[in-house]
Amino acid sequence: MNTPANLKYTKSDEWVLLDGKIATVGVTDYAQEQLSDVVFVEITVDIDDVVKKQGHIATIESVKAAADVNSPVSGKVILINQDLANSPEHVNTDPFGTAWMVKIEISDLAEMSQLMDAKTYEEYCSTRSH
Amino acid sequence: MFIPHTKAETAQMLKSIGAKSIEDLFSVVPEKYRFPKLDLPSGVTEMEVLGEMKEYAAANETVEDLICFLGAGAYNHYIPAAVDMLLRRGEFYTAYTPYQPEISQGTLQAVFEFQTLMANLTGMDVSNASHYDGATATAEAGVMAYHNYRGKRPKILLSASVNPQNREVLCSYLCGYENIEIETLGMENPLDFSPDAMISSIDENTSLVVVQYPDFFGRIYDLSKLADEVHAKGALLAVVTNPIALGLLKTPGEFGADIVVGEGQPLGIPLSYGGPYLGFFTTKKEYVRKIAGRLVGETVDAKGKRGYVLTLTAREQHIRREKATSNICSNQGLMALAATIYLSLLGKNGLKQVADLCFQKAHYAAKKISELPGFKIIGKGPFFHEFVVQCPISAKEINERLLDYQILGGFELAKVYPDLKNHLLVAVTEMNSLEEIEYLVNSLAEVSHD
Amino acid sequence: MTEPTIYELSSSGRTGVRYPAPDVPVSDLPKGFVRDNLPLPELSELDVIRHFTHLSSLNYSIDSGLYPLGSCTMKYNPKINEVTARIPGFAFTHPLQPEDTVQGNLALMYDLQEHLKEISGFSAVSLEPAAGAQGEFVGVSIIRAFHRQNSDPKRTKILIPDSAHGTNPATSAMSGFEVVPVPSDSRGNVDLAALRAVCDDTVAGLMLTNPNTLGLFDENVLQVIKIVHEVGGLVYGDGANLNALLGITRPGDLGIDIMHFNLHKTFSTPHGGGGPGSGPVGVTSRLADFLPSPIVKMIEEGTDEIAPLYSLFTPKHTIGRVKSFQGQFGMFVRAYTYIRMHGPEGLRKISEYAVLNANYLLSKIRNSYHLPYDRTCMHEFVVEGMWSDIPEIHALDIAKRLMDYKFHPPTNYFPLIVHEALMIEPTETESMQTLDLFADAMLKIAEEAKTSPQLLKEAPHDTPIGRLDELRAAKELVLCCWYPEEKQD
Repeated sequence: MNTPANLKYTKSDEWVLLDGKIATVGVTDYAQEQLSDVVFVEITVDIDDVVKKQGHIATIESVKAAADVNSPVSGKVILINQDLANSPEHVNTDPFGTAWMVKIEISDLAEMSQLMDAKTYEEYCSTRSH
Repeated sequence: MFIPHTKAETAQMLKSIGAKSIEDLFSVVPEKYRFPKLDLPSGVTEMEVLGEMKEYAAANETVEDLICFLGAGAYNHYIPAAVDMLLRRGEFYTAYTPYQPEISQGTLQAVFEFQTLMANLTGMDVSNASHYDGATATAEAGVMAYHNYRGKRPKILLSASVNPQNREVLCSYLCGYENIEIETLGMENPLDFSPDAMISSIDENTSLVVVQYPDFFGRIYDLSKLADEVHAKGALLAVVTNPIALGLLKTPGEFGADIVVGEGQPLGIPLSYGGPYLGFFTTKKEYVRKIAGRLVGETVDAKGKRGYVLTLTAREQHIRREKATSNICSNQGLMALAATIYLSLLGKNGLKQVADLCFQKAHYAAKKISELPGFKIIGKGPFFHEFVVQCPISAKEINERLLDYQILGGFELAKVYPDLKNHLLVAVTEMNSLEEIEYLVNSLAEVSHD
Repeated sequence: MTEPTIYELSSSGRTGVRYPAPDVPVSDLPKGFVRDNLPLPELSELDVIRHFTHLSSLNYSIDSGLYPLGSCTMKYNPKINEVTARIPGFAFTHPLQPEDTVQGNLALMYDLQEHLKEISGFSAVSLEPAAGAQGEFVGVSIIRAFHRQNSDPKRTKILIPDSAHGTNPATSAMSGFEVVPVPSDSRGNVDLAALRAVCDDTVAGLMLTNPNTLGLFDENVLQVIKIVHEVGGLVYGDGANLNALLGITRPGDLGIDIMHFNLHKTFSTPHGGGGPGSGPVGVTSRLADFLPSPIVKMIEEGTDEIAPLYSLFTPKHTIGRVKSFQGQFGMFVRAYTYIRMHGPEGLRKISEYAVLNANYLLSKIRNSYHLPYDRTCMHEFVVEGMWSDIPEIHALDIAKRLMDYKFHPPTNYFPLIVHEALMIEPTETESMQTLDLFADAMLKIAEEAKTSPQLLKEAPHDTPIGRLDELRAAKELVLCCWYPEEKQD
């Protein structure tokens, strides 16, 4: 299982890449493994929407399951990955790269400290039942 | 009755379980409430129950005893013999929902064909596997529209000329939604309310506009302008329709509908006092992931053989649970099969013929009734197979008197639109012969005298 | 052999059923409203009969074999039901006919209402909801209406045990409630401590399935109901598992406030390949005014010479209409036929033998399949479809292999609280011999899992079609038949 060290993680399997005040959000390798073949991704926020931490930002559908993606941080949505609509399988093949979902201009940097680092997230995943 | 166990078998089974008696298996049930005495009549044999049911049935008059001119959402059409013969096959009607596709290809392919037929009939891209009836299908259109805009457009506009039961059910389903506003337009003058009259009420808070075609009063209107205006405001248009009418008429899809729903009972399903019926729901390709209900998709097996499966099941309640947009579990499988068989038997020529017969007979009836002193046909513009008759005396009185003539008169509109006390909604189908129509006309002439 | 679709069988110009020419003078069709293309197939009657006969042969059905589907109650569908439902006196009545012309229908509906009341211990019943999920929607709506009427708007939560069927949380959410899950304890009962912890005056109600989806009767059911009642909440009973309780106990007696029935499960109306069902709702007297309309009332009692007079009625504070007309009337006739054939003694026998069969089947397979909750089960039980020492085998593989043994698989992956769950409900209409054959197949499969797991992974081998590519179906989304353009003229 891949867990890039430069990212932060949530218990609900979202990752965050922070660059200044811009947070890029997606779902982790663990998440895509649980879902198996993703057939559809719907981003449920628009550009300029204000999201709160835990707010719903996307729905991922696979053959057997549907999962909600919730924002790890509060802020304003500034960019949405339009490609995911046509290539949902990127969530399986490249969850940390081309399958990024939204970019958010965060409003409260302090929220980042509430997220897990790579090592903690890896430990957390190893305790979970499959 | 249908329990095959012998005494010996029961004993053997108890032994395997390690229980002394069947009663012992229920020791977990609180003693105070265990084994209640049910105050019900004793059971009877098959022969006896048939006699009992026939007695109930004998206390009814049917559309075989009475000449039927009653429609208003359920219609007396001819059902070809082959429909019921096929429906009686145990492999169809005692089968379960096709969750195991390898042993349910019969059901799955039939539903796939149903989806195709309904999409083609209504001029849309896709159909689901059906809803309970036309009214719940209409409600699901409201649910889909609400979720399409994620609750940001909480207003839904309904025309007063949409079947009242459809409007009621839509309200029942949506009234728990946050900020929802459901408005029925045109109740002050329902007989004169065209779809275009809804345009001025559409705004950026509107998610859905619902009209009926032909409408509840039988009238047909051009929906293009309404569709354009609805889309200009960024909303969706849902059209409630009659599937027989579509054998003849331009489709709601061609007018620009986003969602088409309706009651499929006219497609080979008996009147049966209101159920089981068949709701259909068709829409455009872009909304396919938002549709409630089951969907059957085509695929292949490992050997490349074509087959069918329930698909996009992740939307449904058994996976999404509280995140599902609808709780719908079953569809009306057997009734969808009936409609598929009916449409297959009639085909493009047969359906057109039935629609044409309904149209012709209704127009002849309307013409003859309009010639009767005191009677007036209400409504401008074309109609399909139903029309509103204004009577010289109360419609209720007319119908009571018509019953003595063994005629089931039209629907008394005052039951739903209280000001329309003298108005009857008369339906004519291919089942009404020339003689029956003339008998209706003559009887109306007779009963309208005080 | 793939069966072609109706469009592939179509031949331009072919006619099936014919209709007479119009016997009335002809009027002009409305200009601008006539469609110029009707893309329906053109088949002969024989084409249609053969096509659907072929399709039927691809189906498994109760008439061909056992369906041990937990929570579905796939009992035998008596043929007499199909005869009574088709009696012309029922089948040819229009739903909007004047009441004095359909007293037979109203009498039957009334008698069915009364029978269901007596069976379940409720004071009032509405037959209107079209299926179980709709019955649930009605139940939750009644809960909302009740609290609203008592000016108790802060009750925003519905408690749902974690073993519940997916429709329970879906229904609550769509009715505007917040879903609060309640865990089960190690014996499969609702965890009382956890329940007490979440019960306060913001709770509108609890949705309880008893016996639950593990097939277990809650050992503390009276307590569970009491705890919720004490904070002013209502208890909704999901009646899907009523087949274990007929003549055994009455949900109304236990304290349940609202319950839906599934006529297509407990009362033998056929499943039809996915419907129609029928989901009447029963309530205690304080909730009777909220039921969906219409209900049948007796407005004049009969005498020895004259039959009673019945009428359709709208309850004072009704939550409204959830379906057109009077409900799934054809299913009422079937269910009522079934109930009349059984009577009180017969009804109790149904549950006794449903529970006997389930416990017997359990006793035959429990040494090969792990039973997570080791208690006497009711009409169904749940085992794990997996072995920790054979990690590549899942419940799905067992399910697919069962098809090679000519059985429909049990419900899998549900309830969610058991890993690789196999929920097995034989029903009372299956003989000991059938159960032995099924148990035998299950044991053989357990053996195969050890010695030749490939047989399971590649199953089914003997069905009309093999495992289907569901991923492809979801990605390509082909939802309509292909038909060649030139057939459109």
